[in-house]
Amino acid sequence: MVSAKNPFDMKGKHFSIKDRLTATNILALAIFVFLALVPLFMPSFRVNMFGKYMCFALVALGIDMIWGYTGILSLGHGVYFGIGAYCMAMHLKLEASGSSLPDFMTWSGVTELPSFWQPFANGAFTIISVILLPVCLAAIIGSLTFLNRIKGVYFSILSQALAYALATFLIGRQEYFGGSNGLTGFTTVFGKSLSSQTTKYVLFYVTLAALAVCFILCRKLVSKRFGRVCLAVRDAENRARFTGYSPAKYKVFMYCLSAALAGIAGALYVPQVGIVSPTDIGIAPSTEMVVWTAIGGKGTLIGAVLGALVVNLFKSLISESFPSIWQFFLGFLCVAVILFLPGGLVSLKDIPAKIREKKEKKAANARETAKAHTENDGTAES
Amino acid sequence: MANTEKKVVLDINDVSVTFGSFKAVKHVTTHVYENEVRFLIGPNGAGKTTLLDAICGKNKLSGGNIVYHHDGEEYDLPKIKENKIVNLGVGRKFQAPSVFTGLTIFENMELAAVSDRGIMSSIKGRLSQEEKERIKDQLEFVGLYQYRNDYPTILSHGQKQWLEIAMLCVSKPKLMLLDEPVAGMGRRETERTAELIRIIQRDCAVIVVEHDMQFVRETATQVTVLHDGEILCEGSMDEVQNNRQVIDVYLGRGGE
Repeated sequence: MVSAKNPFDMKGKHFSIKDRLTATNILALAIFVFLALVPLFMPSFRVNMFGKYMCFALVALGIDMIWGYTGILSLGHGVYFGIGAYCMAMHLKLEASGSSLPDFMTWSGVTELPSFWQPFANGAFTIISVILLPVCLAAIIGSLTFLNRIKGVYFSILSQALAYALATFLIGRQEYFGGSNGLTGFTTVFGKSLSSQTTKYVLFYVTLAALAVCFILCRKLVSKRFGRVCLAVRDAENRARFTGYSPAKYKVFMYCLSAALAGIAGALYVPQVGIVSPTDIGIAPSTEMVVWTAIGGKGTLIGAVLGALVVNLFKSLISESFPSIWQFFLGFLCVAVILFLPGGLVSLKDIPAKIREKKEKKAANARETAKAHTENDGTAES
Repeated sequence: MANTEKKVVLDINDVSVTFGSFKAVKHVTTHVYENEVRFLIGPNGAGKTTLLDAICGKNKLSGGNIVYHHDGEEYDLPKIKENKIVNLGVGRKFQAPSVFTGLTIFENMELAAVSDRGIMSSIKGRLSQEEKERIKDQLEFVGLYQYRNDYPTILSHGQKQWLEIAMLCVSKPKLMLLDEPVAGMGRRETERTAELIRIIQRDCAVIVVEHDMQFVRETATQVTVLHDGEILCEGSMDEVQNNRQVIDVYLGRGGE
């Protein structure tokens, strides 16, 4: 957050958005190469874990677009993640139950498949709705709020309420959405067995590809004038409006984009994790998504990806051995980053440059004093 | 009057603006012509800024109408959204300098220079050579070209004002609304701003709210004195300066 605005964080030299992105290129490349190699040297269950983290990274990427670049803090992205996830889960559930009713429906006394479930038997329809439903909801909510100039903390609270509402709704609809148990018991994805090793690897690489494509797309987008307009809206909305831009339109566009990313992430999450329940989309997970972005470094895109991967990796590693400590650790990490690394983990890469800068300054100072000395000597002699 | 031969740019007819029960602007009628530099002066709370806000769509009118003439068409400004009013050629500078701190000075200018400000154009569009030239000329004129790749945070208060005015100029408006453009500027900077306004004036009408009387004297073609939301007097600077009422309510009270 600070590093994006601070003009002096890189040798005090000019760098525009483009250069800023170039500075992160190496980091981005390293992350993606590492992810691509994960299946080669890690056991299968770790590969599965990284698949899950990449879904989270995709959500974080969307949050960075709307928060880091447009200045809108959404505390309810679990909603869009959840819609994508439930769409996919409904499809998988129908695949698993074949011609009979999904098991949880029979337990709740439903005798016929509800009409809104039926189209999800179709794979293509599912894939389209995974993107389109979050986008439509985001367009409606975004239009209602941004056109009415609801912003800042009011929007954040509103979005959080939305996450709470959806979670509560899903818990209450036991017969349609499996209540608090969520949807689980999947066997195949588009006809391929979920327990097969190959399917797992394919899912992993599909997720990696989705993350990479979305990352490149987002980066392209923010390097255009579009990205600069969004920064303008973030920093001085009124000035942007009186420069002839419609802040509401740009905000709605960004919000929809980030909802689409979250939807895709949700859809990729379900087959890899095997379950989706209201606990994945309520207030706590929605807030956690924002924390990933903040810890990684907002306004950098790759920071969001890094944050989601690192935080979740630590979460798994720590909770495997000390399940009770994890929450403290996350809180500590959050405080530490805010206090010592306001630019997030991604600003660690600036440290060598800063040290070099300090050294150069020292050297320059030394040279100057030396020069002053010789000059003084010269005048003394004459 | 000589003005009648000139084309009118803005008709303000019987405009009133009310906040709750407070009448900030009461039945103001005036006309602004092409190439005119119109100053709005008057004591604090006279309704000067409110009137500017009404023109650029920031305030709702409680009565009257504001008609903007552009390319032979008439636009009823209060019915148009703010950003669309800007795209019709009405530029506005606010009292507190406001620029985009997250963008370099050149990028600030870029956003103002382009004419199509829709999302699609922002995603696809690149600056044309003509636009780049225009930005360069404008930045050179206000002396900020050497800082083009820096962030506006390094600029002084006066330079920020200039950047904002330069952003307005580069968007080639037909009517420019400036709210205290020389506030916080030294004498030399003020003179430079006056020069800038005289250049702008060649193809644009300008409405300025300002308290700096010397600046008004140097730049104004017409002056409107507002007091308690009403027009007290209107005319050239000389006429206004010698008006008994104006001296009583404003100039005599240390308006300088």
